[in-house]
Amino acid sequence: MINKDLSIDFLGVRFENPFCLSSSPVGNCYDMCAKSYDVGWGGVVFKTIGPAHFIIDEVSPRFDQLQKEATPFVGFKNMEQIAEHPLEENLADLRRLKKNYPHKVLIASIMGSNEKDWTELAALVTEAGADMIEMNLSCPQMTSHAMGSDVGTNPELCRAYCEAVKRGSKLPLLAKMTPNITDMVPVARACMAGGADGIAAINTIKSIVDLDLQRKIGLPIIDGKSSISGYSGKAVKPVALRFLQQLRSAEGMSNLPISGIGGIETWQDAAEFILLGASTLQVTTAIMQYGYRIVEDLKNGLMHYMDEQGVDRLADLVGLANPNIIPAEDLNRNYIVYPHIEEENCIGCGRCYISCYDGAHQAMEWNEERRRPDCNKEKCVGCLLCALVCPVKAITRGEVVMKAGRPGNPEKIMI
Amino acid sequence: MTTDYEEEIGTTYTISTVMEEAERCLLCHDAPCSRACPAATDPARFIRSVRFRNIKGAAETIRENNSLGGVCARVCPTERYCQSGCSRCGIDRPIDIGGIQRFVTDMEHRLEMEILQPGEPNGLNVAIVGSGPSALQAAASLRRLGYAVTIYEKQEKPGGYLRYGIPAYRLPDNVLDAEIATIERLGVNFLCKVTVGKDVTMESLKKDNDAVLVATGFDEARTLPLFDGDKRAETAVSFLARVRENKGKIENIPGHAVVIGGGDVAMDAATTLKKLGVKRVTDLAYEEFSEFLASEKELEGARKAGVTIMDGYVPAAIDGDIVIFRHRHIPAEIRLSPDKILLAVGQKSDAGALGIAMNGNEAVSQDCRTADAKVFVTGDIAPGDKTVVWAVRKGKIAAQAIHSSLEKGRSRQ
Repeated sequence: MINKDLSIDFLGVRFENPFCLSSSPVGNCYDMCAKSYDVGWGGVVFKTIGPAHFIIDEVSPRFDQLQKEATPFVGFKNMEQIAEHPLEENLADLRRLKKNYPHKVLIASIMGSNEKDWTELAALVTEAGADMIEMNLSCPQMTSHAMGSDVGTNPELCRAYCEAVKRGSKLPLLAKMTPNITDMVPVARACMAGGADGIAAINTIKSIVDLDLQRKIGLPIIDGKSSISGYSGKAVKPVALRFLQQLRSAEGMSNLPISGIGGIETWQDAAEFILLGASTLQVTTAIMQYGYRIVEDLKNGLMHYMDEQGVDRLADLVGLANPNIIPAEDLNRNYIVYPHIEEENCIGCGRCYISCYDGAHQAMEWNEERRRPDCNKEKCVGCLLCALVCPVKAITRGEVVMKAGRPGNPEKIMI
Repeated sequence: MTTDYEEEIGTTYTISTVMEEAERCLLCHDAPCSRACPAATDPARFIRSVRFRNIKGAAETIRENNSLGGVCARVCPTERYCQSGCSRCGIDRPIDIGGIQRFVTDMEHRLEMEILQPGEPNGLNVAIVGSGPSALQAAASLRRLGYAVTIYEKQEKPGGYLRYGIPAYRLPDNVLDAEIATIERLGVNFLCKVTVGKDVTMESLKKDNDAVLVATGFDEARTLPLFDGDKRAETAVSFLARVRENKGKIENIPGHAVVIGGGDVAMDAATTLKKLGVKRVTDLAYEEFSEFLASEKELEGARKAGVTIMDGYVPAAIDGDIVIFRHRHIPAEIRLSPDKILLAVGQKSDAGALGIAMNGNEAVSQDCRTADAKVFVTGDIAPGDKTVVWAVRKGKIAAQAIHSSLEKGRSRQ
């Protein structure tokens, strides 16, 4: 079995591998975190610890999931807030984890309702042995508007709270961003200015996943009502990746240290986050659905990917894709790629014909007798929707042709 | 307790598993499956409805086209029709169209949907002789067109071969009852235990109705002279009816049974024998496997049940207790001394007794019309395949034939 070094240094802390539990129900107590370490997770972000005066009182039930056809958990909705255990118990768990797992990374997630809270909590978790602090500025389902994502959309407040944390601790500091904002950059900038050493992104997206159509209530139903709350899982990955790219491409932030979060299930998801600038990765939804064991394939798959790429240090992959995402106005618009239909692989379902007609440019023609498509290049604009809907991947990127009067050599164009 | 004989075979989907199967469907353009059904079922449409979570819409698509959608879902040899052209075969295996149809029609009954509605009464009466699948479909079609329909059935309950021929493990009573109840709620009048030609004459039916539809089927099984007087011999049709009526509880289970025949009836009889606990069941078929008559599903079912099948053999002689079978093409002989012999060598019609002009087993007819303008035929005695799906097809054709003929008659008045 392949064995490659997956370790990475992040904010001065060495992680044996980049895979961490994110601050959530999956890292709620000593036993859970210990088990995750035992099966191979590199780090744990312990479930957010709040001030003693903020009492957590959860609803039941508190989750929902989005299904597409027969696939459950395409997206996941969570109404749980921060750790419900007493502050002392959480601190005791941190101490015990650090004592029994000294080589694993322990990150304390904290959340205060004012500067005093933040400073005190930072000092307490530092004393308990955490290696790093993550500020939760982004939980979208708090029962207090002085906490969570309402704070995370306010750059001045974020900066002030980062400074408050720094007054209580010298540990490396991550600020966890909310995606419930048009532009994350000003908030991230404010946090860095306030003393944060890196950014964790993204927290969950405010959502209503579905409704009970008979009773006309959002799900889950809590005594006849429901609430907007955080959405996560595979469905949010594209949104998370977009925020990573926007952070890393902002002026002066090309080397921004990032802990990537949002729908990571497979090593491929993980590699995408790394290539867009994440050094460590955090996972919750996939663990809630499948358990901690998923780390085995995350690690092994990532090792094989490194091997294929001829890379020995994970850090060498971080951010490699950032330069390849550019503004739309800078893209080469001089050519068309026509679909190539591999007749021998075509099974004659006609899906390309339907989608081209109803969703594109009516270029795919259908031979009724032979049950085979044929592309009319007079009409084809090269959108390649046909290739996406083909169930057997019998349509590939074919001939490249320069648009009339445009410069360029079709053979030199990377498609 | 449900006996092995009564335990329904095949896949019972749940909403989750049916979605998995529907998700496999490629949702083809001009779908081959929808072109292949003799009864014009549109699987592409109802599977798409399932895929988009519209189970009620799926049920409408099935039921409006086929009044026996739940029956066909179970007994249709789909591998010959809708599944044969399935594009998914280009990837792995065809969509389980029958299974999805079964799920949808089960849901339809469970949700107590009333999809079929009777038409405005048109004052015309049709009598139907027999209550098999073709008669049932014709009755439903005619009711939807506004005809008053009375079915005359000589047996105790309606259903014909569906009730007295197909074993319960393929078509449970409750399913058949639910399907027939749907047709009854449409307003079809069922008169059971009435034999036309005995209790009521064809002449009086013709006098009292605007049209008479004869759908008496092949209700007489053929025998082989070799077994005349052999106490071990019984026709498979009579055996299957006996087992079904007794819900799989029959006495004197033989130790070794031989079934003669290679069609679906032979497979049903052989499989039923195994399900009743007969240790050794040997089926000998005239046809070789390359030309076998039984559907793949039935053949597979018999093999799975443990039936030994020998192809290409005919019974040639009897020597004491021993039946000697010879192969049709190779010099091979099999000698068996079974306790029970079931003959599944074909069936015949006695519709001639009702005054129907017959050409062998089939009525002299064109698109269900006979020389007598008032008399129509459908089901097995009408030309065409003898499967349930074809019975449904012919039932629809017969209803249309009656309708257009009576409409014409009216416009002339």
